[in-house]
Amino acid sequence: MLVRRHEDRAWRISARVASLLPVAGVAFIVIVLALKAWPATTVNGVSFLTSSQWVPGNTYGAVVHTHGVAHPMGSSYGAWPLIAGTLETSVIALVIALPISLGTAFALTERLPRWVAQPITFFVEILAGIPSVIIGLWGVLQLGPFLASHVYPLVANHVPNVPVLRFFRGSTGYGEGLLTSGLILGLMIVPIIASTTRDLFMQVPPLPKEGAEALGMTDAEVARHVTIPWVRSGIIGATVLGLGRALGETIAVAMVSGSILGKLSPNIYGTMTTIAATIVSQLDSAATDGTGFAISTLAEAGLLLAVIAIVVNLAARTIVRHSASHAAPVGRV
Amino acid sequence: MTIVTQSYPKTSWRRFKASAFRVMTLLALLFVVGPALWLVLGVVVRAVPNWKWSVLTTLSQGTSGGLENAVVGTLVIMVGVLLVAGSVGVLTGIHLAELAPARKNGKAGGGLFRLAVDVLAGFPSIVLGYAGYVALCVALHWGFSLLPAILILSLMVVPYIAKSTESALRQVPTAYREGAEALGMTAGYSLRKVVLKSALPGIVTGLLIALAVAGGETAPLLYTAGATNSLPSWSLVHHPISYLTYYVWTDYNQPSAQAHVVSYDAALILVVLVLTLLVVSRLVVARTQRHSESFR
Repeated sequence: MLVRRHEDRAWRISARVASLLPVAGVAFIVIVLALKAWPATTVNGVSFLTSSQWVPGNTYGAVVHTHGVAHPMGSSYGAWPLIAGTLETSVIALVIALPISLGTAFALTERLPRWVAQPITFFVEILAGIPSVIIGLWGVLQLGPFLASHVYPLVANHVPNVPVLRFFRGSTGYGEGLLTSGLILGLMIVPIIASTTRDLFMQVPPLPKEGAEALGMTDAEVARHVTIPWVRSGIIGATVLGLGRALGETIAVAMVSGSILGKLSPNIYGTMTTIAATIVSQLDSAATDGTGFAISTLAEAGLLLAVIAIVVNLAARTIVRHSASHAAPVGRV
Repeated sequence: MTIVTQSYPKTSWRRFKASAFRVMTLLALLFVVGPALWLVLGVVVRAVPNWKWSVLTTLSQGTSGGLENAVVGTLVIMVGVLLVAGSVGVLTGIHLAELAPARKNGKAGGGLFRLAVDVLAGFPSIVLGYAGYVALCVALHWGFSLLPAILILSLMVVPYIAKSTESALRQVPTAYREGAEALGMTAGYSLRKVVLKSALPGIVTGLLIALAVAGGETAPLLYTAGATNSLPSWSLVHHPISYLTYYVWTDYNQPSAQAHVVSYDAALILVVLVLTLLVVSRLVVARTQRHSESFR
């Protein structure tokens, strides 16, 4: 009996200690980022968010001091192209992934027979686990060149030269760039949104749907007025969760974006970069900056990305939890 | 009668919209399954013609040679992550599901711990890798090595394991716990003998998915594990360790055809490894669902 009582305490203490470790992990990352980013923040100032320059300066030349922080002569960093690139690719990914995921979820729950739907559901869930480096490899060596030689020119040559659509005209490049990155990210977040939405659609009780059908609604109208409103907040949560993944995705984007620093893409096909892709591709060369200023600037960029991604992620989890804990309202349109 | 004549053209428009909706859903499905199949088969088809089994038994020479060191390195890293993240994640899940006191409004407790797990899940992987590089590899002078790689990857996958453990524990029927208590078991004994046993498939699923993620990650490893063409040594620090995703990432844009072969070989091994883990995890889920249905 004594041994058993000890076992009780052993479980309790070890579980408590273990659950402190994630807290310590978060504190560790935040402190490391903040400490590393501080010198860069004081020198780069607010213009870090708006400037488009990315000049490491002369890393073998004179060292200058600004606000007491040493940095190479002529160094000047601005993250606007990275921020814009991160947002642009994520928006493209969402615009593509959301309708496709909703359609897939409908096809899997309403249209296809069980023996077809089940293996496809399985396949879509597996897709979420494919390593991003493999998606990047496929994107840069197979998808990108295919789109650049067969699809992009077709679009670019036939889109009218009017304000918004002008962005789709011009040189289509070699398949590395903004649109390819957005498409790749879209493919990566479709499994997240689609499988969550499918699970949500399965939870919609049949009676309201049958009632709507009995009133003469077509299945498109049932979907629009009953099924989607029923699980709306869950769909929003899953979408925002996908957005969080798209914002932070690193390797696949680093492989297909072209990783061009210091300028925005002139059209939707051009090469660009994101915050995450910049950190992974620049850390090597940043280590050659003897003053450590380049490393510090990357920490500032990382902190910026982490804050955006975590706010998005927490918002998504709150929405999902909220939608799960409340019963769906009946008959709300 | 007027109503009928007025609504007739509307009905045909509605009918058109309904069939358009059906076509769109199937098209959407095609746009998911098509590229996904192309992705998996594209990698396999380009890798298989040049595949030699000797890849698994020869050391890499960077842009040529085999991948023995990378395969062994990836497995070593996965075992390390399983030990560190597995124990921490499962215990955190137990704490969240069983031990943390519930809040006053009846919702699940463990506020700070739950928040930490959620925040951890939200960190972009490269940010974790960066922190590992500047703090563990540089500031602590561990260098590119196994220990920082395992610690950073573990931070990344602990949320998966904790979440799946928690939800597996919450699905254990209350009757089991009550039965165990009625038999006079202490809480710890019933946790080990009754609750954890019936939650085991869910926990194993979480561990397998975490392993698949750990095996397929690149960004957190590039600046913590480093790169080497030799087999892993037994030291935790100061010796770089190689892994499969590194060769995909560095060799795909090298000029030589041999480098592309290495890149695709590594990708093929990764696809097989990760898909096996994911399929097994789904089979475990399917098995448990069959069991839980027979209980009812």
